[in-house]
Amino acid sequence: MKYTGAQILIEALIREGADTIFGYPGGVLLPIFDVLYDAKINFILVRHEQGAAHAADGYSRSTNRVGVCMATSGPGATNLITGIATAYMDSIPMVVITGQVPTTMIGNDAFQEADIIGITRPIVKHSYLLKNVADISRVVKEAFWIANTGRPGPVLIDIPKDISTAVMTNPKYPQKVDIRSYNPTCLGHPMQIKKAVSAIASSKKPVIYSGGGIMSSNAAEELQKFVDITGIPVTSTLLGLGGFPGTDPLFLGMLGMHGTKYANYAISNADLVIAIGARFDDRVTGKIDEFAPAATIIHIDIDPSSISKNVLVHIPIVGDAKHILQQMNKEATPPKINEWIEQIEQWKKDCPLGYKKGGKLKPQFVIEKIYEVTGGNAIITTEVGQNQMWAAQYYKFDYPKSFLSSGGLGTMGYGFPAAIGAQVANPDMVVFDIAGDGSFQMNIQELATAIQYNLPVNVAILNNHNLGMVRQWQELFFNKRYSYTSMAVQPDFVKVAEAYGAEGIRVETEADVVPALKRAIISKKPVVLDFWVEEEENVFPMVPAGASLTQMLEGMA
Amino acid sequence: MRHTISVLVENRFGVLARVAGLFSGRGYNIDSLCVGETDDPTISRMTIVTNGDNRIIEQIEKQLNKLIDVIKVMDVTKEDHVKRELVLIKVAADEGQRARVIEIVEIFRGKIIDVSPKTMTVEITGDEGKINGITEMLKPFGIKELVRTGKVAVVRGEK
Repeated sequence: MKYTGAQILIEALIREGADTIFGYPGGVLLPIFDVLYDAKINFILVRHEQGAAHAADGYSRSTNRVGVCMATSGPGATNLITGIATAYMDSIPMVVITGQVPTTMIGNDAFQEADIIGITRPIVKHSYLLKNVADISRVVKEAFWIANTGRPGPVLIDIPKDISTAVMTNPKYPQKVDIRSYNPTCLGHPMQIKKAVSAIASSKKPVIYSGGGIMSSNAAEELQKFVDITGIPVTSTLLGLGGFPGTDPLFLGMLGMHGTKYANYAISNADLVIAIGARFDDRVTGKIDEFAPAATIIHIDIDPSSISKNVLVHIPIVGDAKHILQQMNKEATPPKINEWIEQIEQWKKDCPLGYKKGGKLKPQFVIEKIYEVTGGNAIITTEVGQNQMWAAQYYKFDYPKSFLSSGGLGTMGYGFPAAIGAQVANPDMVVFDIAGDGSFQMNIQELATAIQYNLPVNVAILNNHNLGMVRQWQELFFNKRYSYTSMAVQPDFVKVAEAYGAEGIRVETEADVVPALKRAIISKKPVVLDFWVEEEENVFPMVPAGASLTQMLEGMA
Repeated sequence: MRHTISVLVENRFGVLARVAGLFSGRGYNIDSLCVGETDDPTISRMTIVTNGDNRIIEQIEKQLNKLIDVIKVMDVTKEDHVKRELVLIKVAADEGQRARVIEIVEIFRGKIIDVSPKTMTVEITGDEGKINGITEMLKPFGIKELVRTGKVAVVRGEK
């Protein structure tokens, strides 16, 4: 039988288990879209290619499966870039397929030509420019393998139009991947594990600092067991939220710039830090020289280049967090840390997370109610800025993969398309995008996508009529010179929602919050909740950029 | 400190761009870079001379290893090794000066590979010390052009 490159591509995707592609058509993709017309694969037509990339990312983060997105050559491909960079920074497995002008025209400045391989080189784990129809099946196989093993990440496949239309007889689909130069380490070195176990046994003030790696390696159960055995308290990065239950008494909340005071005190006073699948990002460490100054540092990570990159690590263990925790759980013994736990309890009592009640509707209150109404049983995505930090602080994430947020790149406009991707992958879950009025407008057009595919995602806009996080910095560090952070003109979000065929509800008082949330959850349509909140509310505690974690500003009177 | 890093890569298009992009994107310097096929035509060797403290060099090695097309990375500076570079120098030399240039080139065991009425072109192979030595000696005549290949290196012995 003869098959075209386009047919082989789609067949290869299906064989890799891809059930959904998020994307947008275009000239050079026509042969592929012709195959998609009756292929056994779900295609979600977005309204902007960036939405496709973020939706594939949300699909992936909520399932740990490889998200797939597709866009045409030139502007279609360049519109994906923010989404690819977002996935790269947060180590999210994605396969990105871009159309390319015919091989004979590459380099000619052809219509809708862009060197997307070159443009994306620093933000992909790997990329392929297909030059031969016979390579398609192998490249797709390799792309999925590379994307979802080792430290996961996006892999791009650029397919020129003449490769999609080229014909070959009896294409072979390889069963195995064989890349001699790519063999990620999985198991931890037994000697290093012994060293770590002995450091844990003799520690007096240990803290676990867990990150997104818990999600990537599906290690939440193993982490729970490790804590059950050792009794060591856990703080988490933004991306680590949900990796350990937010309601567990040993959970300290997030650490770092907007972490809880007790988490930051704990890490700053610790004699042992056990970092698992986290990378000592500057938003976590604050001033690097004063991060956990007295601590021995154990670092479990799949990526050797993360180890000792920012903070000198004493006991590195390279490998998959799940395997390493399994190995450690066999040998670990509980340290004697009663006094330390009492000290942490005292910090929790002395400086709890909180906000001033009274006055206008408070954004933190809205998040608390979203938690109460959903019982924590929902997928929460966020945009970037204050909305993201309040969600991280005030929603208790008990389950892995329930919190999807752009951590590394900090991408405004991520949350809504990511919520769409998560809803596609989890049709029975309640999905909320906790948004700001600024961020939501960056991908607001995806309302049409949600309507078209009957995806009942909910958007909770914490509408403070400002670019709140930047406004906060201007208030605190730039003498209240509010330079271009006021969203003086904004649309009526209720009417916008209705215009797209979604529901819109404006909420201005505490009493109306819960009924509106309940309405959103039972509605079969997407619902945009426009919460008009206190405009000058700030996110606290806050460690100013470059300060030590113990130097926290706070807003509580 | 200067390090010579030897990198075995898949011999495919685009690999050089990935390696060079890694250096520029992360702010590492490349003093010289030399690429060529190995005895196995599917593999190329890059010899990269770079500088930085131990921590930077460690990061460079780790980051190179992360590239999918990179097969092996070795910091040959850590091993007993031999380095060589080939340099072509076009030096101003008319009839009156030719003999003196030839004398210098012979001392450094170089070769004269081209002569014109007003210039001579010298081929010289060696380590940094030797290259610097002959360059210094030829400078007074007037160096018209100097072309270097960049360093290649190999670890001594059986390794």
